[in-house]
Amino acid sequence: MIMASKLAQRPWQEFWAGARQTIPLIVGAIPFGIIFGTLAQSSGLSFAGAIGMSAIVFAGSSQFIALGLLATGTPLGIIVLTTWVVNLRHLLYAVSLVPYVKHLSQSWKLPLGFWLTDENFMVAIQRYRHDDPSPYKHWFQLGSALAMYTSWQLCTLMGLTLGASIPNADAWGLDFAMVATFIGMTIPYLTNRPMVATVVVSGMTALLAQGLPHQLGLMVAAIAGILTGLVTENHLEQSDD
Amino acid sequence: MTNEVMLLGGMTLVTFLIRYPLLAMSGRLTLPPRLLQALNYVPPAVLTAIIVPTIFMNGNSLWLGVDNPRLMGSLAAIGIGLWRKNLLLTILAGMGFFLFWQGVFG
Repeated sequence: MIMASKLAQRPWQEFWAGARQTIPLIVGAIPFGIIFGTLAQSSGLSFAGAIGMSAIVFAGSSQFIALGLLATGTPLGIIVLTTWVVNLRHLLYAVSLVPYVKHLSQSWKLPLGFWLTDENFMVAIQRYRHDDPSPYKHWFQLGSALAMYTSWQLCTLMGLTLGASIPNADAWGLDFAMVATFIGMTIPYLTNRPMVATVVVSGMTALLAQGLPHQLGLMVAAIAGILTGLVTENHLEQSDD
Repeated sequence: MTNEVMLLGGMTLVTFLIRYPLLAMSGRLTLPPRLLQALNYVPPAVLTAIIVPTIFMNGNSLWLGVDNPRLMGSLAAIGIGLWRKNLLLTILAGMGFFLFWQGVFG
């Protein structure tokens, strides 16, 4: 009996652990969300449009880029195309999750897909790859996703309401918090030479490919980095033999 | 208004159609070992590709000087991150140093 009730608790333990683990990433995303809310109206997006964008698109960097394009009067089709290219990286996240979610029902896969973000993926994949046999790791991803989603909505609302009273909120460079967050998430990976090679090549390529249209450089750089890691790893293995 | 509905609809659709389909089909997918191996490199590769231009680019030109607060804030975050291995501390230290440096040179 005791065992059964302990097992029954596990999904929610995973859920809350996922939410807890996401807290630092939320701290990093708060300024980003607030600036989005602040900038939205000056870019010509309505109050409802900004709320709606955070609620149903729910993809921070593409939301920012869309604001920038809106402000310069870019045609709608181009904004949607750019959104697609900027968010293509989620395809890499989705492929990475395939082995871990294949046994789940569509009623799990659909919300997990909708809520898949950079932060959510980074936290969830660490949990999935951890080699304990918990059958409830998807609850961890769900907890992280909901924590991220809720805070993003609150920050958008705060930016829209309080943002007007902060002078030049966007000029303070508070979006640097996202850079610091992503640096913090990258560091734990730098434990071997292939990973270091990945980061070096991805970073260099991102700079070189920066001029490509519609932010295409991001995908080019990511793929260059991934291939570098793979080749380096296989090369090191061969030279060990 | 109609334009906003179309904008949001379009952005939502293209984003969801990237995130969901592979998960939806995952039950029928078996990934080759080489691909699985490559996927280990996805997190650091994507994170780096996102942040490096933000750190180094100022408009269309490279900004490598010590007066670049993003660069200095990043170096602080990397230092603290390698030293303490604590994510929250890394974020706060990087942000704090960035704001300080921006104040000094701003």
